[in-house]
Amino acid sequence: MINLAGVPILSIVTFFPIVGALFVACLSKDAVGNARWAALWVTLLTFAASLLIWINFDTGSSSFQFVESKAWLGVIKYKMGVDGISMLFVILTTFLMPLCILASWQSIDTRVREYMIAFLVLESLMIGVFCALDMVLFYLFFEAGLIPMFLIIGIWGGKRRVYASFKFFLYTLLGSVLMLLAMMAMYNFAGTTDIPTLLTTKFPADMQKWLWLAFFASFAVKMPMWPVHTWLPDAHVEAPTGGSVILAAILLKMGGYGFLRFSLPMFPVASHDFAPLVFVLSAIAIVYTSLVALVQEDVKKLVAYSSVAHMGYVTLGIFTFTTQGIDGAIFQMLSHGIVSAALFLCVGIVYDRMHTREIAAYGGLAERMPIYALCFMVFTMANVGLPGTSGFVGEFLTLLGAYKANSTIAAIATLGVILSAAYALWLYRRMIFGALEKANLKDILDLNAREITILAPLVILTIFFGIYPAALLDVTALSVKKLVQNYEGAIKAAELVVGR
Amino acid sequence: MIMTLTSLTPLLPEIAIALGAMVLLMIGAFGPPATSKSSAGMGEAIGWAAIVLLAAAVVLVLVAPAKTTSLFQGAFIDDAFARFLKVLILVGAAASLMLSFDWLRSRNLMQFEYPVLVLLATIGMMLMVSAGDLISLYLAIELQSLALYVLAASRRDDVRSSEAGLKYFVLGALSSGMLLYGASLVYGFTGSTNLAVIAKVAGAAGAGTNIGLTAGLVFLLVGIAFKISAVPFHMWTPDVYEGAPTPVTAFFAAVPKLVAMALLVRVLSIGFPVTGIKWQQIIVFLALASMILGAFAAIGQTNIKRLIAYSSIANIGFALVGLAAANEEGIQGVLVYLVIYMAMTLGAFACILAMKRADGPVEDINELAGLSQTNPSMAFIFAALLFSLAGIPPLAGFFAKFYVFLAAVKAGLWPLAVLGVIASVVGAYYYLRVVKIMYFDDAKPAFALVDSRVFLVMAASGLFVILFIAAPSPLVDAALAAARSLRP
Repeated sequence: MINLAGVPILSIVTFFPIVGALFVACLSKDAVGNARWAALWVTLLTFAASLLIWINFDTGSSSFQFVESKAWLGVIKYKMGVDGISMLFVILTTFLMPLCILASWQSIDTRVREYMIAFLVLESLMIGVFCALDMVLFYLFFEAGLIPMFLIIGIWGGKRRVYASFKFFLYTLLGSVLMLLAMMAMYNFAGTTDIPTLLTTKFPADMQKWLWLAFFASFAVKMPMWPVHTWLPDAHVEAPTGGSVILAAILLKMGGYGFLRFSLPMFPVASHDFAPLVFVLSAIAIVYTSLVALVQEDVKKLVAYSSVAHMGYVTLGIFTFTTQGIDGAIFQMLSHGIVSAALFLCVGIVYDRMHTREIAAYGGLAERMPIYALCFMVFTMANVGLPGTSGFVGEFLTLLGAYKANSTIAAIATLGVILSAAYALWLYRRMIFGALEKANLKDILDLNAREITILAPLVILTIFFGIYPAALLDVTALSVKKLVQNYEGAIKAAELVVGR
Repeated sequence: MIMTLTSLTPLLPEIAIALGAMVLLMIGAFGPPATSKSSAGMGEAIGWAAIVLLAAAVVLVLVAPAKTTSLFQGAFIDDAFARFLKVLILVGAAASLMLSFDWLRSRNLMQFEYPVLVLLATIGMMLMVSAGDLISLYLAIELQSLALYVLAASRRDDVRSSEAGLKYFVLGALSSGMLLYGASLVYGFTGSTNLAVIAKVAGAAGAGTNIGLTAGLVFLLVGIAFKISAVPFHMWTPDVYEGAPTPVTAFFAAVPKLVAMALLVRVLSIGFPVTGIKWQQIIVFLALASMILGAFAAIGQTNIKRLIAYSSIANIGFALVGLAAANEEGIQGVLVYLVIYMAMTLGAFACILAMKRADGPVEDINELAGLSQTNPSMAFIFAALLFSLAGIPPLAGFFAKFYVFLAAVKAGLWPLAVLGVIASVVGAYYYLRVVKIMYFDDAKPAFALVDSRVFLVMAASGLFVILFIAAPSPLVDAALAAARSLRP
């Protein structure tokens, strides 16, 4: 254990990738290999540094840790810090980045240097989102991430990349600007943009309603929730593999994180009042998008729709306001971060070989690619939510919480578990099993060392967190408990006022 | 009142530039005889002299004591607000001159009159932001306008430039007429042309029922709205921007427009306190119309200069949001907006001026295709400027919009704020389209080498929008001090 007292570890982890990006920018344009290696080392070092945060994290405290605060712009401060809810997302981000760089090793062969720069900048911004303890700072990171992602989709994406990148950008921007206005209103009311202070500020009930809706506009798009999810299939499908991984594994989690950081604790009364709306939208998302996933011809699209369905569990869990529900939602986000990333990586691996994403173009891969088939199976099972994989814990806890809150919605949501089994297993059957009939698949090669390096940690973690979920749940426990207690206190107080 | 020479010190920057402009004019007129080559050399030398003069004036403004003084019975006010804008004007004028050398020289237009006219317009603008009286205000406007009319038509052998000059002149004269008519009505119903005295009548409760005064204010507003090209008085902007010589357009977009905006701020906040006539509703309408029309009309444009013209209309709309809030934060927001907007505009025009091939300049946005591969540094700077214009953090343009909307939210102008941010999302579309052309499309032949002076302006503004986030507080604090100095 290294003593981190006085070391601005969060700032270091946040901004080191940007420093790395500057370094990569100085490399020669033709030294493609150098750019790759430099980016890989930067992300690995960032990951190593972020592990220091986890090691030194005090799970016995529910308050913000590693807090740094500097004067910046009047009332708006440069303030960073993590608690049990945000810390794991930082680790998830830093953990997945090296894998994304590795996954792009060969598939990205044009403008490699620029690609690496975009990824490193994006990493900084994503870490910043989870560390920011000032509302405006949060917004800066949250929005700025659009720029590199827009470029990643637009430059290195597939055929309809331009359409997808514009849709992604404008959709998310529209939601976010409303959130910005809400933040300004909060600043006017409370006189501060400091998140810990705002967490204890009591906003009047009618004001909460509008603020909640404005934040919802942003987070629901980011999440994405039905019916504002339509940017996601386009963006996921057109993005290069690394981009899809980041989108699914981390950018979507910003929506869920936002609900937990802002909507729920700052506007408890409004959250309580709007919970039925969220339940209905979540249930529709789970069932409807699962059905949509079932009929997809494009494997990336199928995984994308399954992401929307899984995010439905997250919103459902968060708005049950129970410890299990919220624990489950956070766990589901982390697990989905690993599993969906892994699935997109698996898709990327066969895409690199065959250059098609049509499910029908594959079949019988198990014959030629046994290791691949094994990995893919683990992730498919985790996606379905099989006990023993990380996917199970999240869904189970969420549904447990949901039964307490609303048994009808929970019953409908449980349907999603069956549907996810249907589409995921059917996909597996069509791609991996069966006879190897297609001529061009005859010489397909199994995973090489690089690809095994990418998938192995994901397989291990998927199973490890399935067997030992406490590794994550212990970290979040106290923060979630505090969140639920504060919420219940606020609701009680509101009921006393209204006299319900 | 006895005038002593020392009491004129607040006027020192203006005096310096006026004398300098005359000296340069004399040198130009009576200097060495002109072959076409030596006249271009002479023009360039005078241009550099003008830049040095502007820089010296910046120093004079900066060292001036931080207090409010008023000269000539309140016709000239030197306060933090005026000094803030004077620095902006001087820097903007100097940067515009830097942008013009290469363009003018390649068209045989680099004559000594050009920098002198820019200097004369600059004095006019400096007096505009200091004007505390409707008469000095009008004279200052006319001084800058006359110089600008000539600049717009300076390319005499080009039909489009002549058309732009004429259009600018006719509409400018029309708007000046309205302004003057409004001023005379205000004088008639308040008995004074001094803004502080007008405020006593116009700020009294029930002043809104004074039809004559209200009509006068409306005419004043319409006159200024023409100058800032707020919708529905914007029609001349795209044509003039497209037709005028590009460096002149850069100057128009970057400086005079912002000065007229500052003038509007001073007239309204000193002369017409909201306790009297409720002028906010007019500004709200102008802001909304400008933001929305600017955003939608720009979508269809393929000429980069027209695109920037509509973008400037939308941007004035955003700046007006701050004014509509009618509070100190709003004025602070407007000032922050003007500074950042000027930097972005100058940068964008530097990029437009760099769009040229061996056979001449190009203005179609599709000519930018694949710029990220043929000229990565220019593409990067231009993209940063465009994202900044779209208001995406962490670039400077975000903070510009942040402060004006913060003021609007504080004033409770919710419909304006909500429609405004939605318009900014629509606006983001056309900025993104240019980024898309530069980054996603296949490369077209590379542009000619960028002139070093143009590149200097481009790089400076690019660095400004990117690094602004590192230290935003000096500008924001200075803007707040300037806004406070308008407090009665």
